Amino acid sequence: MVRAIERTGFDQKDVVIVSGIGCSSRASGYLNFNTLHTTHGRALAFATGLKMARPELKIFVIMGDGDCSAIGGNHFIHACRRNIDLNAVIINNQIYGMTGGQYSPLTPQGSKASTAPRGTLERPFDILKLARGAGATFGARGTAVQPRQLEQLIARAAAHKGFSVVESLSQCPVAYGRRNNLGGPVEMLKSMKEKSISVEKATAMDENELEGKILTGVHFSIEAPEYAEEYYRTVTAEENH
Amino acid sequence: MPETKPILMQGNEACAEGAINAGVRFFAGYPITPSTEVAELMAAKLPDIGGVFMQMEDEIASMAAVIGASIGGMRAITATSGPGFSLKQENLGFAIMAEIPCVVVNVQRMGPSTGVPTAPSQGDIMQTRWGTHGDHPIIVFSPASVYETYYLTIAAVNLSQKLRQPVVLLLDEVIGHMREKVLIPGGGRLIVEKASDKAPADWKPYDDKGVTPLVPFGFGRYYHVTGLYHDQYGFPTSDPRQVERALDRLHDKLKKYRDEIVLTNYIGHREPKVAIVAYGCTVRSARAVIKKAYWQNRLPVGLLSLQTIWPFPDREIKELAEKADVIIVPELNMGQLVGEVERCACGRAEVIPLNRYDGEMITPDQLVEKMGRWLS
Repeated sequence: MVRAIERTGFDQKDVVIVSGIGCSSRASGYLNFNTLHTTHGRALAFATGLKMARPELKIFVIMGDGDCSAIGGNHFIHACRRNIDLNAVIINNQIYGMTGGQYSPLTPQGSKASTAPRGTLERPFDILKLARGAGATFGARGTAVQPRQLEQLIARAAAHKGFSVVESLSQCPVAYGRRNNLGGPVEMLKSMKEKSISVEKATAMDENELEGKILTGVHFSIEAPEYAEEYYRTVTAEENH
Repeated sequence: MPETKPILMQGNEACAEGAINAGVRFFAGYPITPSTEVAELMAAKLPDIGGVFMQMEDEIASMAAVIGASIGGMRAITATSGPGFSLKQENLGFAIMAEIPCVVVNVQRMGPSTGVPTAPSQGDIMQTRWGTHGDHPIIVFSPASVYETYYLTIAAVNLSQKLRQPVVLLLDEVIGHMREKVLIPGGGRLIVEKASDKAPADWKPYDDKGVTPLVPFGFGRYYHVTGLYHDQYGFPTSDPRQVERALDRLHDKLKKYRDEIVLTNYIGHREPKVAIVAYGCTVRSARAVIKKAYWQNRLPVGLLSLQTIWPFPDREIKELAEKADVIIVPELNMGQLVGEVERCACGRAEVIPLNRYDGEMITPDQLVEKMGRWLS
C-alpha cells in the first residue's frame, strides 16, 4: 500500500490512513502519515466524516474481514451506496486472528474455527459482489503472494474517483491454517498462488473450472458521481471565507 | 452595538442556533424522537454557510462521523435521544480517550428501552456519567429553559474545543419541544476560520505538560489517533507508568478548569431552612414555588439549579447543606442525582427525594406538599 501511495504521487501530508480494530488495523500505527485507529467496524464511518470535512484529503481505510463485513457491514454497504471517495483495503485472512481464530463472514463454508469446531455452516460473502451490489464503483482483488499486482491494484483504486474496494487475501497460519490442515505460511501462500487466476482468464472458463479459484485483478470500474464533490456543489461557501 | 431581538423559539431550535453561532459546521445524525428538529434545522441551515449535514446509516456511524470531522478541523455536533445515546457510547468513549472535541445532544425521553418516546424524563442522568466503559471523565450540561439551551450549547462547543473533551448537552422532552422567548444578540455572525495549523514547532498532540489545541489532519504533523492508551504522539503503549499518567491526564484537565465547567445558580433566601436542588425541566416547577414562597412571602427557602450535572457540583451542595436543614431533590426518574446530593451533603442536611416517573411533569403543588411543614 505504501508503494502504491508513492506511485500515485500524493503529497504525504494529504494522505490519511484510517483503520478499524484487528490484526490488519494495527497497520495504521506503523505508517508515517496522519493515522486514525478507530473502533471495531467503524473505520468507514469515521473516514466519511473526515472526508466530508476535508474533501482534499486522500483517505485509505484498512479493515479486516470481520471488522469490515460483520460488525462494520452496515457502514460498508452505505459507504458503497454513497460512492464517497474513500479507498477501502480489506485484508482478508478469513478468520478473526487477534482473538484466536473465530469464523468471520468471509470464512469459507465448512472451515474449522475455534467457534466452529465441526466446521462453519455459514455461507461467506463475496465481498466484491456485495460492494458492487451496494453501489461501489471500483472493486479489485489481489493476494499477499502477488505483491506487485496488489500494489498496482491499490494504485488504480486510489486514482479512481468514488468508493473503491481492494480485497487483499492474506494468510493466518496460526489461527486458520493450522486448524484446517493447510500447512505453514509457505504452503498457504503456495496454495493461494495456485488457486489464483486473473479475471481476464476466468472469462473463458466455466463454473466447474472456476470452483475454488481466487479471481484476481479489477472486477469492476464504473464512472459515477462522487458524494463529497456532489455535496459541495450544492453548498454555498461562507461569506467570511 | 448589535441589536438584541426577542425571538419565539423551541429548545431544539435554540440548540441548533447556538451550535451554528458557536462555529459548528458539521452535523451527523440519525432520526429519533424527540431530537429530530435539531437535525432538520441543521440540514436546512448548514449548506448555506459552507457546512456539512450528513444523515448517517445509524447512531453509531453518526458519532463516528462527528469525530472524523472534528479530526479534520470542523466543529462538529450530533443529536439523539435515549436509545440512540446508548448506541453512541463506544465512540463517545473513543473521543474521550483520543481527546477529540465534539458535542452530543441527548434530548431525554422516557425509558428504559423504547419507553414512551414523546414523554419527558430525566432517566439518563447516570448513563451520561457512566454510559461508556472505563474510568472516564465527562462534562454534562442540563439547561432549564430555551435561552439556557442556547447559551449552554455555545458553552459546550467552546469548552469541548478548549479542553479537547466531549461535552454532553442533556435536554429533556419538555425543554426540547417547549417554545418561549429568547433574546439572541443580533448583528454579525461569528467568523469561522478554516482548519489551520498555528501550533508551535514542538507541538505534541498529547503533550505531558497539558492539553494542547488539536492540529487537524492534513498539515504535515504526523501523529496517531487511537482509543488505545498512547504516548505524547498518540502511539500505543501498555507501559504501566504511561497508562496511569494518561488516565490522570484526562481527569486533571477537568479538575484544572473546574470553575469554568461547573455552572450553578442560586435564588431565594440567604439562610434557607429548606432548599430545592433541581436541574432541567424540574427547575421550572421549583422556580414557581420559590417565586411564591420567597419573593412574595419571604419564607426561608431557596433553589439551587444545576446547569452542570457532571462533574457534580460537590462544593456548591456542601455549602448549601451547611445552611439548609432540608434539601429536596425533584427528579423525573426513580432517584438518580439525589444519591450524589446525599453524598455531598454528608448528613449536614436531610436529603429528601421527590420522584415522578409516569411521563408527566413534577408540579409546583407536589413540591409545596413535600415542603409543607417547613413552609407553614
